[in-house]
Amino acid sequence: MLTCKEVSKLVSESLEHPLPFRQRMGVRLHLMMCSMCRAYQKQTLLLRAAMRTYARHEPSEPLSEQARQRIKNALKTDGK
Amino acid sequence: MSAEIETWVDEHGDALYSYALSRLRNPASAEDVVQETFLAALRSQDRYTGKSSPRTWLIGILKHKIVDLIRKESREQSAEEIENMVEPEELFFDRKGHWRIKPVDWQVHPGKILEQKEFMAVLLQCLEHLPDRLHRLFVLRELEDMGSEEICKDLEITSTNLWVMLYRARMRLRGCLTENWFGGEPC
Ligand SMILES: [Zn+2]
Repeated sequence: MLTCKEVSKLVSESLEHPLPFRQRMGVRLHLMMCSMCRAYQKQTLLLRAAMRTYARHEPSEPLSEQARQRIKNALKTDGK
Repeated sequence: MSAEIETWVDEHGDALYSYALSRLRNPASAEDVVQETFLAALRSQDRYTGKSSPRTWLIGILKHKIVDLIRKESREQSAEEIENMVEPEELFFDRKGHWRIKPVDWQVHPGKILEQKEFMAVLLQCLEHLPDRLHRLFVLRELEDMGSEEICKDLEITSTNLWVMLYRARMRLRGCLTENWFGGEPC
């Protein structure tokens, strides 16, 4: 029987590669019986979904005026 | 022609900077890669065919600059930084592998929570607190959507190592989110 610690690691790993059959079954069995690991799994999946949303999120941080000017100057120097 | 690139700085500078900042966390590094991106755009503008929008083209260049920088930083990190890291599995589990801090049911539906600006703000705060090494790997995997194999090859680490690091990043982030957003049981 897998421990919660092992299951938590395997749940995360399953986001990276398909688990071997034995491990997959072990995780499934544990999750059926353990509400804490089910909650953990839900959180992990939600986290991935949230990161996907964040990856596409609209810009909100403006480039400072100084940096903007510095970049334009660099372009002028470089463009010559 | 450089005049056109200059107007691009006004039109796309903010978007590129936000993108870079969300991946690199450090404003100075973000400004640097944005500058490098515009310079690269200037040098290779004859390769810009106009098939994609300027923004898409610039973001494409920026992504390369970001990954290059992350690769460089990850090579330069000190051994000290690695050794001093507290492993979250020791925090969250007891010696028998039982949960020491129980995950609470966040009682949310993914489709709904993601619309909430406050949730995303807390997520950003939590990302801020990730140790550099974990943050770098997590960004490549989850924001840049690079595959495990590609990251391992790029950063010269084993897949086992990558999986452990991603696991630790996720453990920390969900712990941080529970604490700061869902108001779960205090640690
Ligand atoms: Zn469990």
